[in-house]
Amino acid sequence: MTFNLAEALSSIVTQADAADWRAAIRLAGDGLVAGGAATETYTDEMIAAVEQHGPYIVIAPGIALAHSRPSPAVLTGGLSWVSLATPVEFGNAANDPVSLVIGLAAVDHDAHLQVMRALAGVLSNSSAMERLHAATTPDDVRVVLSELATAAA
Amino acid sequence: MKIVAVCGMGIGTSVLLKMNAEKVLAKLGVDADVEAADMGVARGAAQMAEIVLTSAELAEELGDVPAEVIVIKNFFDLDEITEKLTAALE
Repeated sequence: MTFNLAEALSSIVTQADAADWRAAIRLAGDGLVAGGAATETYTDEMIAAVEQHGPYIVIAPGIALAHSRPSPAVLTGGLSWVSLATPVEFGNAANDPVSLVIGLAAVDHDAHLQVMRALAGVLSNSSAMERLHAATTPDDVRVVLSELATAAA
Repeated sequence: MKIVAVCGMGIGTSVLLKMNAEKVLAKLGVDADVEAADMGVARGAAQMAEIVLTSAELAEELGDVPAEVIVIKNFFDLDEITEKLTAALE
């Protein structure tokens, strides 16, 4: 059985409303906090990362991987999933606007590699991504992710 | 061949980029060592590497390095990575 990304997600929110990119990252941070993966300080660190390095976290059309580096604000580490009802601009010329924000918190540089491998598999699977973009409830998202893990086994 | 995948933090986007670059290199039959690095480490690592993979924003921040800098728009588009790496390897 391949790693099921649904089990690594501390929180899934669909059809969320965010006024701008900071609000969108804050939602992803709230998901990490709710799942006990990180503290609210980590959310501020994710926003600061974009302020410092620019909107490079928008790594594919419509997809932002919000994250900062391992820090005391990371508790267990984890992932959160936020799909937006209305896409927001991050200022990334190639890949705006963003409709999916994935929050990532890692305790060190190696612990989360299995999760990242599963995430890379999902995000590079265009038919799965179409279904995930169309998903309107957290259960829909879980079903698609679980099917992918089973199919890859 | 040494390749460095660069992101701001060294844990997220560069790791994804490294994984997809390794997939592409395996398919192309190229023997290369791909390292994921944050901006600070990358400035040093890029002195030794032949190729740097990164995004447009970070390429600008990285500045001048001896390595060939390849800007990737969509980190999950294996075709884009294949095309750009093939051109750089020629």
